[in-house]
Amino acid sequence: MSKSHLELTNVQMAFDTPHGPFVALENVDLKIRKGEFVSLIGHSGCGKSTVLNIVAGLLQATRGGCVLDGHEVNTPGPERAVVFQNHSLMPWLTVYENVELAVQQVFRKSMNKAERKEWILHNLKLVNMDHALHKRPGEISGGMAQRVGIARALAMKPSVLLMDEPFGALDALTRAHLQDSLMEIQQDLNSTVIMITHDVDEAVLLSDRIVMMTNGPAATIGEELHIKLPRPRNRVTLADNPEYVHYRQAVLSFLYEKQRFPGKGQEEQGEQNTEEPAPIHTEETPGVESSQPESPVRRIA
Amino acid sequence: MTTLSQTDSLSQGQRWLRALTEKLAGRSLAETGRQLLLPAIGIALFLGFWHLAAPQVQTSLGAFPGPAQVLEQTGQLWQEHSNQRDRAAQFVTMQEERNERILTENPNAEVKIRDYPGAPTFIDQIFTSLGTVLAGFVLATIIAVPLGIIIGLNRHFSAAVNPLIQIFKPVSPLAWLPLVTMVVSATYVSDDPMFAKSFLTSMITVTLCSLWPTLINTSVGVAAVNPDLLNVSKVLQLSFWTHVRKVVLPSSVPMIFTGLRVSLGIAWMVLIAAEMLAQSPGLGKFVWDEFQNGSSQSLSRIMVAVLAIGFIGFLLDRIMLLIQKKVAWNE
Repeated sequence: MSKSHLELTNVQMAFDTPHGPFVALENVDLKIRKGEFVSLIGHSGCGKSTVLNIVAGLLQATRGGCVLDGHEVNTPGPERAVVFQNHSLMPWLTVYENVELAVQQVFRKSMNKAERKEWILHNLKLVNMDHALHKRPGEISGGMAQRVGIARALAMKPSVLLMDEPFGALDALTRAHLQDSLMEIQQDLNSTVIMITHDVDEAVLLSDRIVMMTNGPAATIGEELHIKLPRPRNRVTLADNPEYVHYRQAVLSFLYEKQRFPGKGQEEQGEQNTEEPAPIHTEETPGVESSQPESPVRRIA
Repeated sequence: MTTLSQTDSLSQGQRWLRALTEKLAGRSLAETGRQLLLPAIGIALFLGFWHLAAPQVQTSLGAFPGPAQVLEQTGQLWQEHSNQRDRAAQFVTMQEERNERILTENPNAEVKIRDYPGAPTFIDQIFTSLGTVLAGFVLATIIAVPLGIIIGLNRHFSAAVNPLIQIFKPVSPLAWLPLVTMVVSATYVSDDPMFAKSFLTSMITVTLCSLWPTLINTSVGVAAVNPDLLNVSKVLQLSFWTHVRKVVLPSSVPMIFTGLRVSLGIAWMVLIAAEMLAQSPGLGKFVWDEFQNGSSQSLSRIMVAVLAIGFIGFLLDRIMLLIQKKVAWNE
C-alpha cells in the first residue's frame, strides 16, 4: 500500500532490574498504514503493552525508535490517544467533564467554547453515552465507563488510537456490543488503531492485520496475519465462514502450538499491566515450566 | 366478600396515609429510638457512676464535684457572663450619655468611648480559644498542603525531608512553647501590635504541632494517585499547574481531609496546654486561673471547662466532616 504512517524500527526495550538488565523486546519492526486496524496478540508478559507504551511515548525504547508521520516519538501526546484497560476516567469528574478535560487541552486554541461543547457531545453520542452526561464514573457500569474512555480518546482526534486490552475487563455480552460499536466507528472515521488483545475472536473480527508476538524475554514479532474479510463484518454470519475459521485456526495454532509456554522471565518484566489470562486458555498445563520451544520466525505477511 | 369490599373502599389517599404513619411511627421511630437509646444509656450510666464516685474523692478544696455541682456552676458561669454583658452595655451607654452632654455644651470637644475593662468571662474565653485555634489551624493548613503536594510529587525531595518530619512530628507542644515565646518576643516588636504576643505564641505552637498529620497525609495522597490517571495526564500533555489542579489535588482530597481532621483535633488539644503555659487568654488560662484561685467552686468550674473543651472538640470534628462531605468526590 502507500507509505507507512507509523513505523517501529529495530526496537529493543531493556528494563533495569536488580539482577541486571532484562530485555523485554528485541528487534521489533512494524509498519502500519493509515486507517489500518492492527491487533497485537501474544501470551501474558510477552511485551505487548511495552510495544504500545513505546508508541504512546510512555516508555522510551532502549534502541531503535518509533516514527509517526515522519516525526520521531519521544513523549506522550494526544495525537496518540490511549484507551486503557480500566477506563482511567477521573472519578471526581462527570462523564461530560472527563471528555471536556481532553477537549479543552487539545482544542484550546482551535475551537471556541460552543464548538468544543458540540464536539464533546458529538463524541459521546458516537459511543451512545449522551444519556449520562452528568453521571460520575462510579455511577455507571464498566462497559459504559469504557465507552466514555473511548469517546475521550476519539475526541482528541488522534492520528493513531492505541487500545490496551480495552474490553478485557468486561463481560462477554458487553464486550461483543462494544466491539461492534468500535468497528462501526473505526469504519466511519477511518482511524488507525493498534489494539492489544488476548481474545482470538476479537482479533480476527476487528483487525486488518494480526501481529503475533513470541514469548519473552526478548520477545519479537513472530508472525503477521492479514485478515482479508470484507467489511462490514458480522459476527454471526462470520462464525461459520471458512475463511474466518481458517484465520482463527492460524492464530490459535501460533499461540498454542508454536508459542505454547509463556516465557520464564515474565515475572521479572517491568510491565505494570496485569494481564489477565486469555479467555480461551483451555489446554493450559499448569505446573509445567519447561523451557520454551524456540519457534522459527516465519512471516506470512 | 364484605370485608374485601371494605378494604377496597379505602381510598388511595387513606392507604397512603396509613403507610406513612406506620412508617413514621413504627419503623423509623423505632430506628431513631434504637439509635438514641444506647448512647443515652451510656451517658446515664456514666452520670450515675460519677455521682456516686465523686464524693469519695476528697481534695484540699473539698470533695470532687459531682454532676449536680457542675450543672450548678454551668448556670453560674452563664449568669456571670450575662451580668458582665449587662454591665458592659451600661458602661457604654453611660459614656454615650456623658459624651452627648459634653457635645451639647461644646460641639468641638473630642469624645471617646472606652472598652469595658472587666475581666473576660468563661464564654469570652471560649471564643478567644476558638479564634486562636482556627488561626493556628489555618496557618498549619496553608503550610502543610502545598508542602505536602511538593513532597508527594518529588521523590527526591520526599527522601530529603522525610527524616525531619519523623523527628519533629512527635514533639510535644510544651517543648516548643518556651522557644516560640522567646522568638516571638524577640522578633515581634511593634509600638502598635496588631496581635498580642501571647496570642501569637499559642497560635504558632498550635501550628507547629498540628501541621504534621496534614503534611503527611497530603504527601501520601499525592504520591498515591492512580498511575493510569497519571498516564492520562501525560498523554494529554497537561501543564504542571493543570496537572496539579485537575488530577493530583482532586485525587488526594479525601486523604488531605482525613489529615485535616486529625490536625484540627491535635490543634484543639495543644491549644489548651499552650494557653495554660503561655498565660494567653482562652480556656486554658481559665482552667489555670481557677486552679490558682483555689476556691471551693474551682474544681466544679474546671470540670465545666473540661466538658466544654470536649464538646467543642467534638463539634469541630463534625464541622470538618460536613465540609469533607461537601468537597470530596468519594463521599
